[in-house]
Order: sequence, then C-alpha cells, then structure tokens
Amino acid sequence: MQPRLKIGVLYSRVRVEEKWIFGAMEKRGIDYDRLDDRAIHFDLNDPVTWQQYDAVLERSISYNSGLYALRLLNAFGVPTVNTASVAEICGDKLMTSAVLARDGVPQPHNATAFTPEAALEAIEAFGYPVVLKPVVGSWGRLLAKVNDRDAAEAVLEHKSTLGSVQHSVFYIQEYIEKPGRDIRAIVIGDRVLTAMYRKSEHWITNTARGGEGELCPITVEIEDLCLRAAKSVGGGVLAVDLVEHPAKGLVVNEINHTMEFHTMQPVSGIDIAGEIVEYVMSVAREYA
Amino acid sequence: MSTVTCPECEAKLALASGTEVGEIIVCSDCGVDLEVINLEPATVQLAPREEEDWGE
Repeated sequence: MQPRLKIGVLYSRVRVEEKWIFGAMEKRGIDYDRLDDRAIHFDLNDPVTWQQYDAVLERSISYNSGLYALRLLNAFGVPTVNTASVAEICGDKLMTSAVLARDGVPQPHNATAFTPEAALEAIEAFGYPVVLKPVVGSWGRLLAKVNDRDAAEAVLEHKSTLGSVQHSVFYIQEYIEKPGRDIRAIVIGDRVLTAMYRKSEHWITNTARGGEGELCPITVEIEDLCLRAAKSVGGGVLAVDLVEHPAKGLVVNEINHTMEFHTMQPVSGIDIAGEIVEYVMSVAREYA
Repeated sequence: MSTVTCPECEAKLALASGTEVGEIIVCSDCGVDLEVINLEPATVQLAPREEEDWGE
C-alpha cells in the first residue's frame, strides 16, 4: 500500500482561488499544510523539514518569494507544482519569448535592449505604436503603449531613472490591433481544461484591470497552440494567454505559472481548483 | 458572526461565515484592504501594499 502523501501549499494571501484549493484538498481528505510565505524560513542545513512533503503547490503572490522557495525545494529534492524552471521562464516575459522563439511557437514580434538609446533605436525600427512591458510584472501593471518618438523618449527616460534595475531591460513588443478581447486558456498537464475570452474596451484586456470573461470554445488550433506553448515552458499548471493577431492569426502573448481563476471557474463551470489538486497529487504519487 | 473594527476609519465590519485567516476583506466604509490575521478573536490589520513583483 502506498504511504499517505503529504502536500504543502505555499501561499501569501488567501484569495478565493486558495480557498477553493484548500477546500478541494479537504474534500479529498488530503493531508496538507498551509505554508504562508511570509512566515516560513529555510535552514539550508535542514532539508528534512521540507522533505516531509511529497509535493508542494506554489501559490505565492510575490514572484521572488515563490521563485526562490521553488529553487530551494527543488534543490532539496521536493517535487513542486510548478517547477522552479517553469517559474523562471513564465515569470519573465523575455525568457518566455526566448523559449517560444526557440520552439517556433507563434508570438508577437518582440525585441529587447539594455539602454534607453538602444531601445529607442529598436522602437524606431518597429514603427509606432509599440508596447513597452516590464520583464517581470503582472496584472497589466506598468505597460506602456508608445504612440510616437516623443512618448518613447519620455517613457524610456522615466523607466531608466525611476525604475528598479529590472526596468533597464527594455522589452519591446509590437502593438496588436486585437478585436477588443484576448483568450486565456488553462492547461493542466497535457490537457487544455477550459478557455475564456477576456473582453475590454481598453487595450489592456487583463481581468485584473476590469476585463470581462466569456467562455471561448476550445478549437483544435487553440488546443494545439496551448499545448505547444505549455510544453515549451516546461509544462504543469499554466494559463496561456492568446491574442488574435490580424495578420498572424493566434499568437501566444504570455504564460502564467500561478494563475488566478476566480473569473474562469464560475464562467466555465469547471472545478479548476479540484483539477489542480488532482494534478498535484499525481506529481506527488509519481515521485513518492 | 464576528465583528471587527477597521483600523483606518473605525467602521464596524461583520466577517462573513467561512472567512479564513489570510483572507483580504475590503472595508465597506473607507474601501481600504484589510487582512484577517485571527479569527478568535476576529482581528484585522491593514493589508500589505502591492509590491512590484506581485501577480499571477
């Protein structure tokens, strides 16, 4: 008989997603610990404390806390959902673009530069408008649509003067004239679970910015693209964001590794939290 | 039902049943985010401000 598995759930805040995940754990009678990332500490001479877990699900709001926790857990040999490698790639837009480009997964045209001068040159080569994004960041924060050279010079100067070191990695993306919506699909393992249109009048369609959700049928094309994108970043529990490009068709815009699904679960009627928990248990069983 | 006092505006707020420690509630009077730090007795404090690397 297989021994009883022990699961850890690393979190920062109990959002509705965490409540659903905890509820799904309890419903299944799973032995799990809630690990508040603001309260835990890692003694590198004492991995045993952490090796009691057969798998850890990472749900931190802070990218840095989550990433370093995953790195340590993986170094201790503890399986995690997602892995540190997946978090490294998905948490950094430039890394995501790099692996998608490596694998030939369709994505918007991107460029990067490390000084305002080189960034301006790259932007001019794109033509206006372009979008400037922080390489690390979420919820549609600090995205800038740059319509002309004056705006480009101003934004680049502000970013290099006021921003943290990370803002001096200038991530430049073509501006896509999308049909007032993008598509978010949830991928767990090798399955595309559900997809949703995120609609907004604003060019930023993130639901954290007020975009509205509506169910999107999973076409063969969406399924294929999402599975390729998920495989490219290393797989696991992921939210793949797609954009309908007027010339290129569907392209992968970004991939989230600790996604929120408070809109998606009620819109789809699918128990996403339960599916995540089942996946975590499958990972735990695989390594037990 | 437990009641807490908003540390920002001193409004009295009722915690919904099923509220958990670590959950964020919004003060219905002043709109500030509050984190539930204890249930017995019910206690809240101002929630941490959003950091640059926060997100999904």
